[in-house]
Amino acid sequence: MVVDWANFTPIESLLGGAMIGLSAALFMLLNGRIAGISGVLGGLLTADGWRDGWRVSFAAGLLAAPVLYVLTRPLPPIVIQASVPLLILGGLLVGFGTRAASGCTSGHGVCGISRGSVRSVAATLTFMVGGFVTVFAIRHLWGG
Amino acid sequence: MRNMSSFLAGLLFGVGLIVSGMANPAKVLGFLDLAGHWDPSLAFVMIGAIALASIGFFASRHTGKPLLDDTRHLPTKKKIDVQLIVGSAIFGAGWGIAGFCPGPVMVAVGAGKTEAVIFLSAMLAGMLAFNLFDARRTIRGNADAR
Repeated sequence: MVVDWANFTPIESLLGGAMIGLSAALFMLLNGRIAGISGVLGGLLTADGWRDGWRVSFAAGLLAAPVLYVLTRPLPPIVIQASVPLLILGGLLVGFGTRAASGCTSGHGVCGISRGSVRSVAATLTFMVGGFVTVFAIRHLWGG
Repeated sequence: MRNMSSFLAGLLFGVGLIVSGMANPAKVLGFLDLAGHWDPSLAFVMIGAIALASIGFFASRHTGKPLLDDTRHLPTKKKIDVQLIVGSAIFGAGWGIAGFCPGPVMVAVGAGKTEAVIFLSAMLAGMLAFNLFDARRTIRGNADAR
């Protein structure tokens, strides 16, 4: 393992992480809900869920974030390296998998672990390992 | 009020993703690439997020009722079952392929990235596919139980 010190951003990442955690805390204290993005979005695709104003509002907030951010300072780069077929494959897997597991990085990884859910710890360890293995396969087995 | 606080929570969450670097798939993949040039930054995102969220969840257990709703809406599933593990593994594979998970892709769509629109469309199709699969399974399960 070689640490990539050039791209290492502990302060920004800790600060941004704290904002994510604060959002999850406020969402529970105010709305009494888990800030799990796959749940928020997936619920919009159900027979009743698409009427939920809070789902639409939370999703709108996420979409608005970069738009309002650029009013204060330039947006950091968003670099997407995957080809179109891989974007489609990745999207399908993330959509299906997060609904099957009832959560993603936010619902299980942030909220679940924070409220001491063993189920969420198991989910988080599994998708982390899944991500590590997949990147290893793509970059070091196929990619050479 | 409820919708307003939802919007603000989503906004703060999104800004957190931007500031932390999580909204950038290249950085996410740098974290997932243990065998390459590993960027440990995203571990710090988790530390920061869990630190603040833990305080919030702990407090919510004592305040009981949320400020803007009559009750807390908490997940009811407790069991670690095959579906949780297989679903998480599938999600992890998709995450590793493109470097996007559900929150960051929304932010990237908001930033006007075409690739993110493609990923989000496929992701919503995947979610819909699961919803249909789950509904069929429930119908079949009910028929079997009869």
